[in-house]
Amino acid sequence: MREFIRIASGQGYWGDRFDAPIDQVREGPIDYLMMDYLAEVTMSIMQKQKSRDPNLGYAKDFIRLMEVLLPDLVEKNVKLITNAGGVNPVACMIAVREIAERKGYKGLRLAAVYGDDILNYLDALIASGNELRNMETGESIQTIRNRIRSANVYFGARPVVEALEQGAQIIITGRVTDTGLTLAPMIHEFGWKWDEWDKLAAGIIGGHINECGAQASGGNFLAGWKEVPKMERIGFPIVEAYPDGTLIITKHESLGGLVDERTVKEQLVYELGDPKEYITPDVVADFTSIRLKRVGENRVKVFDVKGAPFTEFYKVSVSYFDGFTCIGQLTYAWPDALEKAKKADEIIRKRIEYLGLTFEEIHTEFLGYNACHGTTAPPIPDPNEVVFLIGVRGNNKKDMEKFANEIVPLVLTGPPTVTGFGGGRPRVREVIAYWPALLKKEEVAPKVLTISVI
Amino acid sequence: MKVQLIKLAHARSGDKGDTANVGIIALKPEYYEILKKEVTPERVKAHFGEMVKGAVQRFEMPNIGALNFLLHNALGGGGTTTLKHDAQGKTISTALLRMEIDVPDDLANF
Repeated sequence: MREFIRIASGQGYWGDRFDAPIDQVREGPIDYLMMDYLAEVTMSIMQKQKSRDPNLGYAKDFIRLMEVLLPDLVEKNVKLITNAGGVNPVACMIAVREIAERKGYKGLRLAAVYGDDILNYLDALIASGNELRNMETGESIQTIRNRIRSANVYFGARPVVEALEQGAQIIITGRVTDTGLTLAPMIHEFGWKWDEWDKLAAGIIGGHINECGAQASGGNFLAGWKEVPKMERIGFPIVEAYPDGTLIITKHESLGGLVDERTVKEQLVYELGDPKEYITPDVVADFTSIRLKRVGENRVKVFDVKGAPFTEFYKVSVSYFDGFTCIGQLTYAWPDALEKAKKADEIIRKRIEYLGLTFEEIHTEFLGYNACHGTTAPPIPDPNEVVFLIGVRGNNKKDMEKFANEIVPLVLTGPPTVTGFGGGRPRVREVIAYWPALLKKEEVAPKVLTISVI
Repeated sequence: MKVQLIKLAHARSGDKGDTANVGIIALKPEYYEILKKEVTPERVKAHFGEMVKGAVQRFEMPNIGALNFLLHNALGGGGTTTLKHDAQGKTISTALLRMEIDVPDDLANF
């Protein structure tokens, strides 16, 4: 057994810095690279792409990255685990195989983890008694049934461990939890048992620290962002994992960024619910048990983590069409910038009434004044400029388009010293909303397909 | 004396549907007890007023000197539905750190 393994984070979300994973592989030793590409809304975009072309439905940026990075991974024998497969992991794997064949990497093992996409089985699942009620509101899924765009189960580390055991070096998954991508190599390398809850929980904590990329290594770091070196080439976090479940959070020395107790703490509380019950498919981790200790420059030890048995459910993420939104904006300059923006708001609202447009919600904000902090922000006496933002939400697309036509005319018909309309008419956007639910684990089974490049 | 929370804590916020979470973390270990005493869910709810339509829950994390708050119905319907500029509640962290709390007069070195 290895003394420890290094699992590097290479991507915190689809659209994160393209060269971060390249730096992770080239700037120092790592054993595994994990990359997270999926968010709730991503799955519906990918389903739309797949419906147009059955060979699509995954993060195409990842293929562009593989063109550059695959030679390094092969040469250095770094294993890659990513959920870039989206709603079509097998097609994504085939696209990577094409690159590997072209480059002549005979014998390279690739795996796809799938079975999480339940969009086509929803009716059967519902008919056999799975209610898939909204976890937050308790509503029946029938209220959105004909508007559903994607439905995926969140798998944990198990199918990824299976792929590793089949010798895969490149593992492309569908909706595997972000944390599972980091936990899996620890189970595989150290032979952890599926009921060693404390160790599994430690792996999940490592996953939570890795899953948002540089957010654990000096990015978006409130306590000390001014101290962070070389943010233009920030080093993403690396989890150094030990067989007893101890972790060291670190980063490559040559890259920018910063790892200390404060950066790790900020990431630990990110998107956290009840810290005693961080529920994942493999274990329930207790964030109140975590202990941290700085053990060197850019090195923080994570230890004493406690965990408890998993629940009988998988979490399911369903996305559905839920109407439209349109947000317009104009910028008003000094003097009386705020009064001008408020006058513009009054005019638009009267126009909406005059034209008989109906919306579920009309929402105004004054950017540069208090859009972020609302009533908790103190007044600014006479701001230099204020951006007037007005948004509407509703189901009637025609009304949306009429609203979109009302913004630019204000330039010549409303309050003076106004600009910022360069983009022209604001776009009417589809709302894809998110429906969290639970599904009994025995209703779905993850599948692993491993192939060798020939 | 009264000070703004930003003198005692750092923070990060994020979203889960229409619920925002804010974790505030004591800048020095000795500040944690002050945070625990002063930054109650009731006071947080009052600080945000109309901005948080639902309940405020608080969870204690003495191990890292942090308090985690869940602000329910605070994001205008959440992620993709909301009309808010800060759709995912990324800046609610420092909105909470604007809050003023009572600290002992002899608390040195802010």
